[in-house]
Amino acid sequence: MRSIAVDEGRGVNARALVVSDLVVAYKPGQPVLKGVTITFNGRGMTAVIGPSGTGKSTLIRTINRLVEPTSGQVLFLGRDMARVKGRTLREMRSRIGMVFQEFNLVERLSVMENLLCGRLGFVPAWRTWLRRFPESDIARAFDLLDAVGLREFATQRADALSGGQRQRVGIARALMQEPALLLADEPTSSLDPKTSVEIMELMTSLARRNDVPVIVNMHDVELAKRFAERIIGLSGGTVVFDGPPGALKDEHLKQIYGGEGWL
Amino acid sequence: MLSPSKHGREARRAFEANWLARLGWLALAAYVFYAGSLLDLNWERLLLGLDNAGRLFGRMFPPDYSRWELLLKGMMESLEIAVLASFFGIAVSLPVGLLASRNMMPAWLTWPARMLIALCRSFHPVIVSILFVKAVGFGALAGILALVVASIGFIAKLFAEAIEEISLKQVEAVRSTGASMPNVLIFGVLPQVLARFIGFAAYQLDSNLRNSTMVGIVGAGGIGGTLFAAFQRFDYDFVLAILIAIIVTIMIGEILSARLRAVFQ
Repeated sequence: MRSIAVDEGRGVNARALVVSDLVVAYKPGQPVLKGVTITFNGRGMTAVIGPSGTGKSTLIRTINRLVEPTSGQVLFLGRDMARVKGRTLREMRSRIGMVFQEFNLVERLSVMENLLCGRLGFVPAWRTWLRRFPESDIARAFDLLDAVGLREFATQRADALSGGQRQRVGIARALMQEPALLLADEPTSSLDPKTSVEIMELMTSLARRNDVPVIVNMHDVELAKRFAERIIGLSGGTVVFDGPPGALKDEHLKQIYGGEGWL
Repeated sequence: MLSPSKHGREARRAFEANWLARLGWLALAAYVFYAGSLLDLNWERLLLGLDNAGRLFGRMFPPDYSRWELLLKGMMESLEIAVLASFFGIAVSLPVGLLASRNMMPAWLTWPARMLIALCRSFHPVIVSILFVKAVGFGALAGILALVVASIGFIAKLFAEAIEEISLKQVEAVRSTGASMPNVLIFGVLPQVLARFIGFAAYQLDSNLRNSTMVGIVGAGGIGGTLFAAFQRFDYDFVLAILIAIIVTIMIGEILSARLRAVFQ
């Protein structure tokens, strides 16, 4: 499972992600991200917090190029995600897993098929059409189903699952990619508080077990402080806080979210 | 307490009067009367027609099945036309419908695809049949080609609309795994549209079965030719035999396509 080379010798993680001067404007002249520079060192969990509409999702989605950046660099595995295209872009995406706020499972496919979606970057279309995935992929899928506690749901259709179960499938699908990086875009925002904690616990433990660094977006500050080793506060399209959860004080939250009546 | 508005009723109108729509209905009613008067439709003409129809029905009974071999041959040919036209029509419609879907394809691809669909839709199958009879000669080939064109015009458009209504979130998730375009289609798009595609295809087979009994009238093969000849020779009892055979075939087709749709829901 550990196919990623980790260059411990030089103390630099090969999976480090360097975002520099990233600007994203959906409409010309109205940037959502206004020159963001962050170095993710490629281990543990980093939470990006901030108010709605401040560009958290945009930042995450630019990393795997679901969103086109306007300018700047996103260096990962020796390539600039902001520039790559075609086959190289697909290869890069196949190394980055993603967990979505609304799970984004293919509703009419079975749980097993949804997991195998994670292998689509590696298996040619004629084989996926016939559902002839390599035996190792099937075995990995069953292992992950065990890990998320959904083995008996393998052949059930995804639309038969509850929200929490769906997100478990979403996490398993992302880990099927054997990713060098796991992105999670508001993974708990569609879930109740108890399920949210369970999902975060599951994601944290599985990421640790599979040795995958995680970047997670969330607006729940307490949840972020509880699970992340590093917190980045985004406000108005720029980084306004970057540090360990313990260093995040009320004045930072005031700066990030504005006002103080809610604290 | 709510006090009556100073502006009275004027300011409290809940529904805006749509004068344009009222005018439109009025114009439609006026045109129907005008067209009716132009075509000399009156009770006398209707009674004359009913009288004639009564005599026709009288000569139809009992249906004559003595030429059952001719009937069977024609029906089999119609069935062949319908099945082959549906098969090739649907096979062509799948890529054309995909190319025409504006959420999956860029505008420079959707426009030509939509033009092709519009072209296939613009003529009734009878007109297309005549064209193909002139082009490739009498027989089933002309009928098949005509119904392929009709199928593309109808079903490619429905396919495109079905694809345009899918959830792009599911597609985005599949795309984010680094899947190639064919893999995105197989795992992200197809599962969302398959049941509807099967429904449309079954409907098209149904509709082609109906149309295949008609293309023969212009010489494009099938039972239609036999039916037309029987009409012209005033063999009304044989006409009824053919009509009953068509009704039975269409009903069986309807039942089968309903079953097919139920399986894939």
